[in-house]
Amino acid sequence: MNTVFAIAGVVIKELYRRKDFYVLFVLSALITIAAGSVNFFKDLVMVRYVKDICLLLIWFSTLIIAVITAARQIPAEKENRTIFPLLAKPVSRGQLIAGKFLGCWLATGLAVLVFYVFFILVTATKGGDWQLVTYSKSIGLLWLMLGMVIAMTLLGSVVLSAVSSNTTICLVVIIGVLFIGEHLNKIALRQSEPVKSITYTLYYVIPHFEIFDVRNLVVNNKPMPSLKACGLATLYAGAYVTAFLYCTWLIFRRQRLNT
Amino acid sequence: METILKTDKLRVEYSTGEFQKTPKVALQGLTLEVRAGEVFGFLGPNGAGKTTTMNVLLGFVPPTSGSASLFGIDVRQPIARQRIGYLPELTYYYKFLTAEELLRFYAKIFGLKGSEADKRIEQLISLVELGHAAKRPIKGYSKGMQQRVGLAQALINNPDLLILDEPTSGLDPIGRMKVREIIQRLKNEGKTVFFSSHEMGEVETVCDRVAIIYQGELKEEGRVADLVAKHRAANLEQAFLNIIGYKPAVAP
Repeated sequence: MNTVFAIAGVVIKELYRRKDFYVLFVLSALITIAAGSVNFFKDLVMVRYVKDICLLLIWFSTLIIAVITAARQIPAEKENRTIFPLLAKPVSRGQLIAGKFLGCWLATGLAVLVFYVFFILVTATKGGDWQLVTYSKSIGLLWLMLGMVIAMTLLGSVVLSAVSSNTTICLVVIIGVLFIGEHLNKIALRQSEPVKSITYTLYYVIPHFEIFDVRNLVVNNKPMPSLKACGLATLYAGAYVTAFLYCTWLIFRRQRLNT
Repeated sequence: METILKTDKLRVEYSTGEFQKTPKVALQGLTLEVRAGEVFGFLGPNGAGKTTTMNVLLGFVPPTSGSASLFGIDVRQPIARQRIGYLPELTYYYKFLTAEELLRFYAKIFGLKGSEADKRIEQLISLVELGHAAKRPIKGYSKGMQQRVGLAQALINNPDLLILDEPTSGLDPIGRMKVREIIQRLKNEGKTVFFSSHEMGEVETVCDRVAIIYQGELKEEGRVADLVAKHRAANLEQAFLNIIGYKPAVAP
């Protein structure tokens, strides 16, 4: 495990020494502050409106951070040739993938925490109350979803050599799943065979990122999922993370690395 | 004497393209043995298969057939690399880290912790004379300084075998001299060094034995003096050119 943690540590250092995170954080903060100063939609409850905007920005920003960070890990190691001195040590390719995943996941977890601290402070200034259990569940579910996103992006990074292609494809897939993933079964009902079966299969195979989206519940002060539901969501995310990382390892372990 | 590095009928083929069926043979039947305490020079012109051999030894490329082992362990097992240090020809490290952080990272991989790691890092930084820059990010280092960081990382685990791929390539004369001194020092400490180089003078100075590889095949192997005598050459460079069959276009 030492090796996995050592690799993860380098990923975290890279994230906070690069400017991406700071740019996204400052942009999100500015947009939230600007939006919070004017009530565009005449929302009667200002705090609900600020929460809505701020949570949307947190989701969007952390998703971007997760995809960009994960997409460049293995291609950058190859391109910068840092992978050679690393794999010349007693490090297996499986440990490299596990370290990269853990590093990206912890790094985005830190980013989520920073964003949420800002969110809690902003909502507090607009009269919001300290719903710590609600916020904890919301943070946890978002972090689990980002774990799935990171594992999926790592898989993409060993299949597609160009970081930009992988980033674009992953973002399109994630946004697609978030928007239409939950409706695929209804769409399937209206189709004839074989499209019906294909759509149903797709519905059951794709990772349903939308089940981790509890923004609406937070904004409207609705009851959050029970601990049991959160536990099941953790198992669901864990299964997809394992499957994605296993596929990544299967592909990566066979790749030739020529110096 | 213990065999540290061994290849047996090693063959490596690369596919040249999706539609072209004939693979390119990078190595054919390479059999080598390097024994404990030797400084072994691995010579050959560009494209001869030196880097491919190193890639197989380091587990980057799987052999098509044959086998390779380090300390008797198949190179496909990561544990085979526990007692080696590797310096690539082109040294690229995480440029957002300082030299000290980089060495600490590699030390962790080898399970070195706390005061043991601190002591080792301090020793290496002093050995490669980077004390003044150890806390600066590597992105600000000159090529020579990066090569020295490379050498330090290759020595972090106090390896019994050092694999050096053109260690003096692109260095100025002082840098070359320093690398040679370090190789000599390691030799005196009884370490095994396996290195490829184009610098025949350097090889002649530091190597106990050499192997000459050409077009993926081992052409000659033996002590420098024996090869020079066998080919009735004035020096290793001339012997090398004879062995690979080089005919000068203009007679000297």
